[in-house]
Amino acid sequence: MPVKSVPSQTTTEAPAKIAQSARIDEPVRLIDRTAMLAEADAISHYAAPVDRTRPAKMSVSGLNLHYGDFHALKDVSLDIPEHQVTALIGPSGCGKSTFLRTLNRMNDLIPSCRVEGSVTLDGVDAYHDLDAALLRCRVGMVFQHPNPFPMSVYDNVAYGPRAHGIRKRAELDEIVERSLRDAAVWDELKDRLDANGCGLSGGQAQRLCIARALAISPEVLLMDEATSALDPISTAKVEDLVVSLKERYTIVMVTHNMLQATRTAQYTAFFLMGEMVEAGSTKQIFEDPHDERTGDYVSGRFG
Amino acid sequence: MAKLSAKKAAQQVKAQVAKASSPVASAEAAGLGVSAASVAGAVGAPTIDTQRIVAHVKKAGAQSKVATAILSVIAALICALLAAIVIYIIGSGAEKAFDIAFLTKPPSQFRAGGGIGPELFNSFYLLVLTLVISIPLSLGAAIFLVEYAPENWITNAIKTAIEVLSSLPSIVVGLFGFLLFVLQMNWGFSIMSGALALTMFNIPILVRVIQQALEAVPRDQRDAGLALGLTRWETTVHILLPCAMPAIITGVILSAGRVFGEAAALIYTAGQSAPALDFTSFDLSSPSCPWNVWRPAETLAVHIWKINSEGVVPDLTAVSNGTAAILVICILAFNLIARFVGRRLSRKLTAE
Ligand SMILES: Nc1ncnc2c1ncn2[C@@H]1O[C@H](COP(=O)(O)OP(=O)(O)OP(=O)(O)O)[C@@H](O)[C@H]1O
Ligand SMILES: [Mg+2]
Repeated sequence: MPVKSVPSQTTTEAPAKIAQSARIDEPVRLIDRTAMLAEADAISHYAAPVDRTRPAKMSVSGLNLHYGDFHALKDVSLDIPEHQVTALIGPSGCGKSTFLRTLNRMNDLIPSCRVEGSVTLDGVDAYHDLDAALLRCRVGMVFQHPNPFPMSVYDNVAYGPRAHGIRKRAELDEIVERSLRDAAVWDELKDRLDANGCGLSGGQAQRLCIARALAISPEVLLMDEATSALDPISTAKVEDLVVSLKERYTIVMVTHNMLQATRTAQYTAFFLMGEMVEAGSTKQIFEDPHDERTGDYVSGRFG
Repeated sequence: MAKLSAKKAAQQVKAQVAKASSPVASAEAAGLGVSAASVAGAVGAPTIDTQRIVAHVKKAGAQSKVATAILSVIAALICALLAAIVIYIIGSGAEKAFDIAFLTKPPSQFRAGGGIGPELFNSFYLLVLTLVISIPLSLGAAIFLVEYAPENWITNAIKTAIEVLSSLPSIVVGLFGFLLFVLQMNWGFSIMSGALALTMFNIPILVRVIQQALEAVPRDQRDAGLALGLTRWETTVHILLPCAMPAIITGVILSAGRVFGEAAALIYTAGQSAPALDFTSFDLSSPSCPWNVWRPAETLAVHIWKINSEGVVPDLTAVSNGTAAILVICILAFNLIARFVGRRLSRKLTAE
């Protein structure tokens, strides 16, 4: 196949070259990889090289996870670089959400779930040396479906800070405004702070949930297909948000949208059937995958 | 690829349709709203007989109408029956039930004109006491079972036990209360014995109601709370309970209706005599002090039972009817309040 030989030559070259090298007689694919790369390359973040000197914010090694008898994650090792966006990609059911949930120990709640291996946050063992609630304060999470609490917008955002002991109205006001601004919904919701969070549109609700997660100032933000229920405009807003938030947070996101990964993530990990097949800079994963299966997946030949 | 080829095929089909200008095909494509793509998908497949589909839809529509009619008639019958019972009971007792003197005076032993004042008070007092004891216990039990209990045979045994208890006949609960509280603990026929018997009768129902309410809270609410770094307990108290509150309150009020009308569990525990009450007395050891929990206390339901089985007053039927009417009115009120409060609360929570 021509595709496999192409990337090795073009990894460092301009997108035009890639476009040229695509053969006309190639079969038509669902995902037009050439156009995708061209678009992605136009976005600076994709081109920005991964800074390998940065320390890993979270580090996972030798992680094995069982749901009862089902081996859901097989010997996964992955470093999450600080102040970068890491995308997790892979076909449905390959264990992306499961992996994400091990990062803030949300799997603890599933009785049949057994975790082996080590997960560290800033070098501290997250499973043995950190309290689960404390870990989750530092590693926030946004879910696939918007899940605001049935209370006002204000209370939704102020919920975490209040629970962690911030009571002064002025301080809360400030946190709520900053979080909503960070989540790019302040302008839409500033006049509706008393409205019930459950009465918002899906896109607003999802950004409200992001604001809620940001309000407790986590260090790492986990996003599990956070845009899968959103329209393209809200998706674009959330993506911009992710890009702008990476200066202050470390972000790990699961996505089924290859373009989204190329647009927002510097670092990408590919999962397949519970294995972490390959991880590297987004550019490398999409242009020069070392593993054949990664190549097949990112070029849309399966999954 | 699939999409592209489908498009192409659809175009071809369109061209064919145009060429052939077959009335059936164009009717299918345009009139029935079948998209070009699906026509393309159907190429080569057995053709669908639109006549048959139309006939089937018509038949199904007729069936649905008949079913709706039958169900409406059944519902109407049930409503009519209930309304008849309620109207009959309230109607035959109305004369007494809306008489202030009847509602406040103590019952008389032998002469006509007795009231049900103490019974009315006892019913409410027992109800409040029972709820005060049973709500915290069942709340705790339900939270434990839903949130904390590990999946093992002990938990399952507890759940089964609660289910069995909730279907225990109330006369059995009453006799058990008689043996344990009245005789064994030597509390005699007393409000305390009655309240504890009612608690035993009420807890299984409340636990199940609260359990179901907690389980109905969407999982993602729980996850959202935990992901904010709240502990399990904080999540339960601050997120799950408020979300489940409308259902819990509705359940509590409905169970209050059952407790209020309960007679069998009280006959042998709270007793069948109602000493005249003196509302100015706060001497908690005096049998005439209304708040004394160690005095015997006949409730409305027990009063109805007693007056009909061994009453000797001449206006016995009128008293019995009046009491029944009051009882039914109170229970109706509980149910209406439950619906109202539940709806108000859940509207507040879902912003509709
Ligand atoms: N609570 C659970 N109990 C048992 N098995 C589970 C549980 N959660 C997930 N699994 C299994 O683990 C595997 C990985 O699931 P996971 O949710 O991580 O997939 P995913 O990669 O996120 O998929 P998707 O892209 O569809 O969200 C699946 O085969 C799934 O059936
Ligand atoms: Mg998932």
